Amino acid sequence: MNSTAPAADWSAAVHEVLGTLGVAQVAYVPDAGHRRLIERCCDDTKMKALPLTTEEEGIAVLGGAWLGGEKGVLLMQSSGVGNCINMLSLTRACRFPLLMLVTMRGQWGEFNPWQVPMGQNCAAMLEMAGVLVHEVDKASDMAETVYAAGRIAFDGPAAAAVLISQRLIGIKTFGR
Amino acid sequence: MTRKPSKPNVPSKPAAPRRNDVAARAELYPLRRRQVMPRLLAGCGDALVIAGLGAPAWDVTAAGDRDLSFPLWGAMGGAVAIGLGLALAQPRRRVLVVTGDGEFLMGLGMLATVMVHRPRNLSVAVFDNERYGETGMQVTHTAHDVDLAAMARAAGWPLTATVNDDAGLTSALPAILAADGPVLHVIKVRAEDLPLVLPPKDGVTLKDRFRKALLGSAAY
Repeated sequence: MNSTAPAADWSAAVHEVLGTLGVAQVAYVPDAGHRRLIERCCDDTKMKALPLTTEEEGIAVLGGAWLGGEKGVLLMQSSGVGNCINMLSLTRACRFPLLMLVTMRGQWGEFNPWQVPMGQNCAAMLEMAGVLVHEVDKASDMAETVYAAGRIAFDGPAAAAVLISQRLIGIKTFGR
Repeated sequence: MTRKPSKPNVPSKPAAPRRNDVAARAELYPLRRRQVMPRLLAGCGDALVIAGLGAPAWDVTAAGDRDLSFPLWGAMGGAVAIGLGLALAQPRRRVLVVTGDGEFLMGLGMLATVMVHRPRNLSVAVFDNERYGETGMQVTHTAHDVDLAAMARAAGWPLTATVNDDAGLTSALPAILAADGPVLHVIKVRAEDLPLVLPPKDGVTLKDRFRKALLGSAAY
């Protein structure tokens, strides 16, 4: 078997929630688990989709967005969380709102052992950096969890992350 | 096999780190950063200013602290990124990022990221003294002839230049302050140790005053 059952498509519901929250800037480092959501955001004329070279750029970009009166979201996979740690000092020192959606690797039946260190420690690292962690392992919970994390982020302001279980994304096996 | 006996128990003196012969040149650059910053601020009107950590944050404060300046105390490598998010949110306002060569070097990926949306209102000025000023004036990579303006040019920035002296600054000022961006100017400034002039340290204060000045009641 090459993968688990096809992952349920939560991208439309989450994209709608981002619109409801008033998200205008969508910063991302591509990930297979975010592919459809990124496509929807790129197609949305009310959103500025911004690919990054590394995830910590997004922490700073979204701080600048908030200075300018716009809300944003940062999409990445769990390996990118490690790249963000020092830049999260900006979020914390200035109490910028931050909404991160993190697709998990290194977690559920991971094929690639190099993904495991960040996958297994992602939530703890985010919490140490002052980020409120919301974990999701059912597709049916995705939209309402993103909405809840968004409210706590933008109404706070606070930093909030939604960790999207690898069970929702499917196991990457490189065909083996 | 014969071998010259070495002195017992006397470790050989480690070679001194090689000091690049050109490293001292920045001590002779004619432009002084505390004279450059007031010229940028005097001409920038109500531009939104992000100042990178270290000397540029002290310079922007020495030139006259203002609510629409956002000096950084950390987030090294993030100054241009903050400027990009701000420029995208406020496309009708000039956004001027003033940062140092060390800070800029830590975020070189932004040379590429900025080019996705190419904000016309974004201007970056790098005060390049070829030093890490806050940590003991160690040379940065620009002392080894790394050309930041050429890197930006290679990334496709429509206007990039290096400013070496007062005449160069005078002719570059209109572009720094108003040319269609994204523009990047590397301003070579003298390596010098200057008195600290510190902005408010509390990030929430800096954020709130900036948003209130920019957004008015919508800030809350």
